[in-house]
Amino acid sequence: MALRLLSLAALIGLWQLAAHFGDPRLLPGPMAVFATMESEAASGALFAALGATLARVAAAFLLAMAVGSAIGYAMGRNALIDRAADPWIIVLLNLPALVIIVLAYIWGGLNEAAAIGAVALNKLPVTVVTIREGVRALDARLDEMARVFGFPRQKRLAHVVAPQLAPYFAAATRAGLSLVWKIVLVVELMGRPNGVGFEINTAFQLFDVPLLLAYALPFTAIMLIIETLAVQPFERHVSRWRPRAAA
Amino acid sequence: MSRVGDRAQRLEARVTKKSFRTASGQGVPVIADLSFVLEEGETGALIGPSGCGKSTLMRILAGLDRNFEGSVHLPADGRVGMVFQEPRLLPWRSVGDNVRLAAPDASEAEVTALFAALGLLEHRTHFPGELSVGLARRAALARAFAVRPTLLLLDEPFVSLDAPLARQLHGDLIRLVESRRMITVLVTHDVDEAIALADRIFVLSARPSHVVAEIRVKNPRAAMTGEEAQAVAARIEGLRQPG
Repeated sequence: MALRLLSLAALIGLWQLAAHFGDPRLLPGPMAVFATMESEAASGALFAALGATLARVAAAFLLAMAVGSAIGYAMGRNALIDRAADPWIIVLLNLPALVIIVLAYIWGGLNEAAAIGAVALNKLPVTVVTIREGVRALDARLDEMARVFGFPRQKRLAHVVAPQLAPYFAAATRAGLSLVWKIVLVVELMGRPNGVGFEINTAFQLFDVPLLLAYALPFTAIMLIIETLAVQPFERHVSRWRPRAAA
Repeated sequence: MSRVGDRAQRLEARVTKKSFRTASGQGVPVIADLSFVLEEGETGALIGPSGCGKSTLMRILAGLDRNFEGSVHLPADGRVGMVFQEPRLLPWRSVGDNVRLAAPDASEAEVTALFAALGLLEHRTHFPGELSVGLARRAALARAFAVRPTLLLLDEPFVSLDAPLARQLHGDLIRLVESRRMITVLVTHDVDEAIALADRIFVLSARPSHVVAEIRVKNPRAAMTGEEAQAVAARIEGLRQPG
């Protein structure tokens, strides 16, 4: 933890140094960005943008995780479903995010549903593939044990299947969060009237780098905090039974 | 195929045919006309060459494989407890939780008594990954007994344990089996283990397997002299086919 903070401090120091020798209009120093951040926060605009973007990240992420996990589970369990759905997943995996976003806006209109749907659709195939991998790796011997001892379906899912899938779920969460928030910004930039992506677009039109960083950095910080305080503890929790050496 | 619970407290297994399909689609017979009966309170040992279908037969008795010709009549209410070749404990749950999950109806006192009998009391809160091989097998035994089975299936439960540890577990197992009125089926390739634990020993042929001979072990076992045990062992060895 101390090393992490030290490394972060070094990054800011480097930034200050670069800003000192560079063009302040292209690369403002940390203090200039912080001042902009303060005034944006005082007007409430910063929090409104962060809130709107966070809500979209949460909605798209939950949608993609729920639907993706269900599809991935079905594909991992059933060879027929797997063969039938696999080409779709491959197409979706290789479709550029931009194409999905533009099509969603054209077909669905410039509205919230199209925006969130487009982001979720981008994240979906990655979740499907990760969870499917986890289901394929399920230990058939434990499944047999549960059958012999007459575990009801609910109990089998909760105590035999879910703990085996948890590491895959954590991996999908971690990869998913960073992917989702980056795409949410693009979606906002292209077709939403608020949010961090919209503000960045405004900053881009005005060539205002301090404004751009004043919105981008707090959001990055929030995602970092979610990762550190929620995702990592979850991963530690689900793997607490593993012998330390393997961890 | 059929696998039904019967009024009578007996196990009647008649597998007329069981085959496996190879990748090329051919059926390879594994079991042919194998039948045996065990009465309430009896322990039967299945002994035979490796690959003769003992584990397949156990899977049929456990209800994990229903794709066979023949019938299996389970003892009334057919509660099955099983010890697999590996402990098959849920690694993310403590030893105590593993037993509890399999046997939610067992009383606290019952589980505690079982843990005491198997020397597991101080390992109740440990995860399976923290146990030695021998302790993990004890935990698997505790789980099988905790469900109060009417049919106990033991598929080479002591394989790969060193001899003193296996003997110690034999002793614990005999005490537990004799305190219950259940039917026990033990798969083993160890003649001494079969003699030590079973009332009847069924010697199986190579694939496709059937019962070559049924040998009754003198009951109570404690009254059997060393020579008698050796004679039974010699008889079984004579019947076993190489493989």
